[in-house]
Amino acid sequence: MEEVDVEPVVTKIPAVSDGKHMGFAWGPGDILVYETLHKASGASGSGCSFIHEVRKDEDIYSPILRKLFNESHHIFVGLQTIREDLPSKSRKPQFVSISKNYRSVIRACMEELQQVAVSAKDGEAATQYGNQVSILLAIELIWNLCEVLFIDAAPAGSLLLHLLDWVRLHKADVDEKARDVLQSDSPAEHRDYWDVVMSYVLQGRLDEARQMLMKQATLQPAARNMYKVMDTLLSKMPFFNPSGTQTLTEFDVKWRHWHEEVDRCLQDNSFASNKHLEIICKLLLGDEDTLLEHKELLGTWYHFLVTRLLFCHPTVKPAELHYYAQSCMTMFLDSRSVPEPLDSILLAAFEFDIHQVIKDCSIALNNWWFVAHLTDLLDHCKLLQSHNLHFGSNLREFLLLEYAAGLFTHHSLWQLAVDYFDHCPEFGRVYLELQIERVPLDTERKALKVLRICEQRQMSEQVRSICKIMAMRALRNNRLGSALSWSIRAKDAAFATLISERFLQDYCTRGTFSDLDLIDNLGPAMLLSDRLTFLGKYREFHKLYEEKRFTEAAKLLLSLMTAKIAPRSFWMTLLTDALPLLEQKEVIFSADQTYELMYCLGELTSSLNSEAPDTDRPMQEEDIEVTKVELLRLALARNLAMAIVKEGTVGT
Amino acid sequence: MESINAKYVSQKISKTRWRPISHSFLQQPDIFATGSWDNEHNKISFWSIGSHGSSAMEDEFEGEPQLSCEQKHDGDVLDLQKISIAQQWARAHRYPCDNAPCTGVVCSSPEIVTVGEDGRIIVFRADQEGVVRVIENADSSTIHAVTYLRTTEILTVNSIGQLKLWDFRQQSNSPSQILSLSGDRVPLHCVDRHPNQQHIVATGGQDGMLCVWDVRQGNTPFSLMEAHSAEMWEVHFHPTNPDHLFTCSEDGSLLHWETSSHSEMPSFLQGGRNSSMMSRSAMAPAGGNQSLINAWLSGDSSKGRLETSHMLPSQTLSVNSLDVLEQCLVCGTDGEAIFVNRQVPV
Repeated sequence: MEEVDVEPVVTKIPAVSDGKHMGFAWGPGDILVYETLHKASGASGSGCSFIHEVRKDEDIYSPILRKLFNESHHIFVGLQTIREDLPSKSRKPQFVSISKNYRSVIRACMEELQQVAVSAKDGEAATQYGNQVSILLAIELIWNLCEVLFIDAAPAGSLLLHLLDWVRLHKADVDEKARDVLQSDSPAEHRDYWDVVMSYVLQGRLDEARQMLMKQATLQPAARNMYKVMDTLLSKMPFFNPSGTQTLTEFDVKWRHWHEEVDRCLQDNSFASNKHLEIICKLLLGDEDTLLEHKELLGTWYHFLVTRLLFCHPTVKPAELHYYAQSCMTMFLDSRSVPEPLDSILLAAFEFDIHQVIKDCSIALNNWWFVAHLTDLLDHCKLLQSHNLHFGSNLREFLLLEYAAGLFTHHSLWQLAVDYFDHCPEFGRVYLELQIERVPLDTERKALKVLRICEQRQMSEQVRSICKIMAMRALRNNRLGSALSWSIRAKDAAFATLISERFLQDYCTRGTFSDLDLIDNLGPAMLLSDRLTFLGKYREFHKLYEEKRFTEAAKLLLSLMTAKIAPRSFWMTLLTDALPLLEQKEVIFSADQTYELMYCLGELTSSLNSEAPDTDRPMQEEDIEVTKVELLRLALARNLAMAIVKEGTVGT
Repeated sequence: MESINAKYVSQKISKTRWRPISHSFLQQPDIFATGSWDNEHNKISFWSIGSHGSSAMEDEFEGEPQLSCEQKHDGDVLDLQKISIAQQWARAHRYPCDNAPCTGVVCSSPEIVTVGEDGRIIVFRADQEGVVRVIENADSSTIHAVTYLRTTEILTVNSIGQLKLWDFRQQSNSPSQILSLSGDRVPLHCVDRHPNQQHIVATGGQDGMLCVWDVRQGNTPFSLMEAHSAEMWEVHFHPTNPDHLFTCSEDGSLLHWETSSHSEMPSFLQGGRNSSMMSRSAMAPAGGNQSLINAWLSGDSSKGRLETSHMLPSQTLSVNSLDVLEQCLVCGTDGEAIFVNRQVPV
């Protein structure tokens, strides 16, 4: 058994009083807990009569987050259909765009949650929404970094540009501040003015910084030269152009030139009179102390990291990132001893330790959504080594199974989980087979959908079991037609026999058929079971009789008995039905047919006599039976006589 | 395709319907209702699209449905119809020991007809509290859908593949006509009547087959077309342009069928814009009696031209419901999304 990575979180059950024991039972996604008293011997007492449900994942019940699940499901299914045989060069942009799709879905959810959080009247709800927003923010941050480092896998040069974009995307307050400053009457004298300029510089947005500085420059015509120098410096900073013809080495040379120029400006005190410009100059040189002085503007250690790289090592290689990351984090977070989970996840990402990232995220988040989708995407990019876990499947499949199993507990999102199971080659099918049978079936429409899912995947056992459940329910409610249609769908002969027995019983008790519309129109379904065939044919006999087509009716009746389609128990009824035909003035049964009828009657009576005499049977019933047999014998004899005479007579 | 708007709504949609518009104003439909299913608390929601001048509607969201109001609903919403007054008739459909789901409702003001899994047909009036008429045991299997054929006749389809015609003028509790497919008894899930020609009816079945029937003649369908690979949930003729038919299915596709047949008849024998076209099929009767034969009944779909096109951009989960009015189409899926297309080529 492996060691536990983190201490388990303790959840207090408020209703269970101290000192009492708790009993529990596992559910698919939650635990049922109840208060009890466990004694070593003797009867165990019971406490209060409540059962508590402890649920780990509340997110799937949030209506806004549901959109996340649905949209990401759509993207997931699209991802699985990307063809494997395309060369990796053309697949990478597809993967990047899929990653961007996922991220835009997260952002959309986040914005909606933000709006709801702002307009929420209940304080507790507002904090809850706020929490969800910050979690989504963190998720998107991590995903974006993973996209930059792993999926896009930018080489040195463009790596920094991507990291700059990453930081800019997640530091939106600069734009807000800038808007405030620009909308004020005198932007250059706004108290946040220099903050905005510095933030622009820190984010590498030098053109915007220059525009802002021009406002200050117009206010101080005396210092115009100084501003001009600064402007030149800012405009001449080289940025690597990945699609250009310049190689990395050439860029490096150019950059060093520029760096030296900035240094020279600082050394000969060009900006000595204006402390703000001097600070900017030091920032451009990447001076650590100056950077650290502006911690509040930077906000986070990774911003500090990217800025430092921008102004010290723009040609940083991916493999070198983790040195800088580690040192930056240490320098920035000197006051706090333990880094937050987000920090260690980001650090693991900079170290290109994908497994550590996934592991830390799994622990920190209460829902498998993020790790499942990210791992799946990374697996498609062939970035995960086949990492065999103790339980047989690989990491991607394990996470997807966990996620989908969690979805299945939801009353509505279970349909999404089916697709996830489909794309887990090793265990997905087994999981699906077990779970799909437990979906509650309230209406026929839902049952039809579940059945369609099973049939598409050739899960014949589940099909049979679901059809049987629905058919039993229909039978219990006396909906024989529904029951029959369910058993036809499952091709369940045994059940069809059961239903036919019900029909026949109904007929025996009431003397007429119920549900004629069903029996008259059985069609080829009649062949599903012998009893059903008999039912159909028997009804046909009645129809022929009503239409007065007696000869055909007689033939049919006889064939029902001789071909052994009719059950033995029904023979008496059939023979009784033959009585009116025998009693007709016209001879309907031929001599041969009458012989066969007598044979059948003989068989029937001998089997009845061979039964052990039942003392409980009332005398009346026995009398009726005996009378019936006597009547039949008489009728058969008379018919035989007339038939022989008729057949012996020459036609006149 | 760019005119399709998709919106995720956090509930699986089982039915959508446009609010009827008055034709005199030549408006485009702008409000539709959706019903959800499979939620712990289902609801009926009303959505509005299009520029109303209502506040808080930015330009970027034009065309995206906005929620106007919601109403709680017990149980899954299985059918929606537009009526002006709402009343609640509880436990109208029931089994001996359970409540039975009511699967279909249709109204022709002020009468409302409902059918259910218990095989009952119940008639209500919007202004009366009690039940007007019940046909008990109308069917031994589940009745899936119902539609009006004439003002006193309705058509129902059931799960043993039968189309039954009921005449309310008769007092008996048995159908006046039963039509069914020969061969396998495939359950039928939806039915719709041609808006102008009342004897033409289209049904969709569990195997995705689209059947067009002529109720006057014969008791087998006129034409069978393989439409989908899974259950067809809804079929609709376009109300004003009946050469167009729309079907949606469990396999996640929404098809738009357009029929047009090459006519060799001189133009003065052709009807007006909205009536049926002449078909070149062998069904043209001999003699001077030139009855108009609808293109849908051409029997052999290769004689007339039948074009089919997919309306949704990509495969989704099951499309449960659709409604079409003028040039606007709305549909709801099990992927908890609503798609609205405002430029349907009809």
